[in-house]
Amino acid sequence: MRQGSLAVVDTERAIKLGTLFVVEARLRTMLHWIFSLLTGSLLNPFFYLASLGIGVGTFINSRAGSGGVDGVKYIVFLAPALLASVAIQDFMGEVTFPVLQGFKWEKLFFAMNATPLSGRQIALGTYFSAMLRTVGSVLIYFAVLVGFKAVHPAQAWPMMLTSLFAAACFAAIMLAAAAATENDDLFLNLMGRLLIMPLFLFSGTFYPLTSMPIPLQAIGWISPLWHATEIGRWVSYGHSIPGTMIAIHFIYLTVLLVVGLLWAFNRFEYRLSK
Amino acid sequence: MHKESLIQAKGLTKLYGDFAAVKGIDFSVHKGESFGFLGPNGAGKSTTMRIIAATLTRTSGEISILGKDPAERGPEIRAHLGVVPQQDNLDQALTVTDNLYIYGRYFGLSRKFIRAKIEELLDFAQLVEKRDVKVETLSGGMKRRLTIARALISEPEILMLDEPTTGLDPQARHILWDRLFRLKEQGVTLLITTHYMDEAEQLCDRLMVMDKGSIMAEDSPSGLIKKYSTKEVLEVRFGSDKNAEVSPQLSTLCERMEVLPDRILMYADDAELLLEEIRKKGLHPVTSLVRRSSLEDVFLRLTGRSLVE
Amino acid sequence: MITSAAVAIAEARIGRLGESVYSGRARTILERSYLAFRSSAWIVVLTGFLEPVLYLFSFGYGVGKLIGKMEVGPGHFVSYAAFIAPALLATSAMNGAIYDATWNVFFKMKFDRVYQGMLATSLGPLDVALGEISWALLRGMVYAIAFMSIVGGLGLITTPWALLAIPVAVLIAFGFASVGMAVTTYMKSFEQMNIINIVLLPMFLFSGSFYPLTIYPGWLQGFIKALPLWHGITLMRSVSLGLISAALLPHIVYFLAMIAIGLFFTTRRLTKLFMR
Repeated sequence: MRQGSLAVVDTERAIKLGTLFVVEARLRTMLHWIFSLLTGSLLNPFFYLASLGIGVGTFINSRAGSGGVDGVKYIVFLAPALLASVAIQDFMGEVTFPVLQGFKWEKLFFAMNATPLSGRQIALGTYFSAMLRTVGSVLIYFAVLVGFKAVHPAQAWPMMLTSLFAAACFAAIMLAAAAATENDDLFLNLMGRLLIMPLFLFSGTFYPLTSMPIPLQAIGWISPLWHATEIGRWVSYGHSIPGTMIAIHFIYLTVLLVVGLLWAFNRFEYRLSK
Repeated sequence: MHKESLIQAKGLTKLYGDFAAVKGIDFSVHKGESFGFLGPNGAGKSTTMRIIAATLTRTSGEISILGKDPAERGPEIRAHLGVVPQQDNLDQALTVTDNLYIYGRYFGLSRKFIRAKIEELLDFAQLVEKRDVKVETLSGGMKRRLTIARALISEPEILMLDEPTTGLDPQARHILWDRLFRLKEQGVTLLITTHYMDEAEQLCDRLMVMDKGSIMAEDSPSGLIKKYSTKEVLEVRFGSDKNAEVSPQLSTLCERMEVLPDRILMYADDAELLLEEIRKKGLHPVTSLVRRSSLEDVFLRLTGRSLVE
Repeated sequence: MITSAAVAIAEARIGRLGESVYSGRARTILERSYLAFRSSAWIVVLTGFLEPVLYLFSFGYGVGKLIGKMEVGPGHFVSYAAFIAPALLATSAMNGAIYDATWNVFFKMKFDRVYQGMLATSLGPLDVALGEISWALLRGMVYAIAFMSIVGGLGLITTPWALLAIPVAVLIAFGFASVGMAVTTYMKSFEQMNIINIVLLPMFLFSGSFYPLTIYPGWLQGFIKALPLWHGITLMRSVSLGLISAALLPHIVYFLAMIAIGLFFTTRRLTKLFMR
């Protein structure tokens, strides 16, 4: 028998737990891709570590008397950067594509917004589901790093948290940027070419940032990957940085987080009510 | 007068594995006429159209288009045809004008010829003001008109339209029908598939009713109605559960009756009179409607099913 | 009966070899790409060749400082940047060709139905395949010229033979575009398309872009030498450094074979997909 929405829908609960429902919806979608996600998460670190960590490492480590880079073997030097990089890229991917899809391609967010879900809840739900997925990638990646003896698990495990944190901070900005995007093609193209690629290559990922000329170092200074990598190296093998710099790294990332989320809430609400 | 036949099919069959999409059908299309395939989704209309368009190879049977076999002379036959597919496949990356231009180029036409033709077609499709706009911004009706204009760039003898007005609003449909009438007046042979009765009645000189890959009947729209239905129809509703219950009492009152889940259709030459008789019996339908017979009724009679499901 | 111009043009080709799959108008597909290109965002076009340039700066200088010079022949040492530049060009030729011939083609096939429209005209599937691939090659050539100008500007070109890098880039792109497009015509979902990326990344990382294969165990070396990118990189590096010999011929033959096989299957599949 039909009872009517007043009896069926627990309005208070729907409003209070909305974010969770969005997370559930997103995770269900991700489940369709689980095979791709897992193979990607597993193979990607394997390839990079084998090719660059071991391959390039062989040449670097063997160079006349050098003890590798920054006092450690090249693969150990590389590990924190790769972990932070994969966290940032996966988190970013999960907050950009679904948002473009939600607002532009399939307009799913408008359907969600026609239920008691608010713009802020949709934003947060997307964000937290991306975070869950990134936790998965980071765990897998860390396990592979351990397998390659690139990190010492007992000492380096907090690196997972710092990488996740850095990724979460940057993803907040990207969440907002994706929500503010009208031209999706352009956004994706430029994101790949002018953001992901330069950040990956110029954040002191493969060599100390200081070995670059100053103008190129500047890319590193604003790059969340560089900040995350510095923290990671400090955690992983005791890379020496002054305490004030550590504070600066954390403050910079936190600012990204706060600004990003506020901007994202604003954009989601604007876009949904437009 | 002997009519020149443009398309002739005999025993035309298309199998997909065990499934027969088209089951040995015979038909012919004459020059200058407007010929329609009417039937529900999955009747085999689009399959037949694609075989004619030389983009699908038949399994068996004979077909000739302007005396040529499409399986062997694909490019030549396609040069004679203008094709308007069910879903628009305009080039989203290009503007309106560029869509027309490049399509002409695909046929190998000269730039000069196309440039002149574009002006004529933009005018015909009422898209002059949209000429430099990207097609993704056009409305559904405009896209359809552009697809038709595009199909005309090579001055085809035969224009094939697969469900030309599906998904369009009533106003856009009427504009489109008007454009198609003009083409017909110019002597273009039209081949149309549709599952809309009104469209078939409006546009087609001759209709082939198809169901499950076979031809059920073939005639002019009015001929079909005359042959397979009464002049008028009375539609009555007694409420979802009661229709079946009262139907035995009604069956003696009319020539023929169809009990559908939501309503009962009663066939008679004078439906008003029939309604009177029902009321006299003490039966009072929730709603009643008197209308003229349509192709929908023809289809129901022929197949026992309704066209739009 | 009056025949239209389109019919006369189609009838003029009766009896030609392959008349049912090829109408000799692949250039019109090229023209279509140009029209679409005209309206695309200039910044996307401009940034298209950035990837190898960024890698060159990052690895050539940063990693180069750590790794030192590389030995490319007995007693023949070159800077690390000069060592990886040809590999980056070869890889970028591959990536560009793969992008144009796979993702782009996949979208046009599945969503835009562009090919359906093309094949409803008197064009044949081989026209479409050749036209699409030619565009990918043209773009690849422009990007290769741009990249080589930068490499030259950095003083990394030391031999006139390096000019051959441009035709070699086109050859590599042609090979990958043909095979890539053929593979794409078999793909049904995005998930399957992703497999292409999963295959490309290790090929880039292990085909000797960053260091010689000699550090690998023999079986792995043998495997990598069977992969197309290794042939591309080796060929590109040899011409860029002026190491010309008959030993380069097998690499060229490898790509010619890829082109032929790729085109054959693409045409066959397009015929099957759109004509059956």
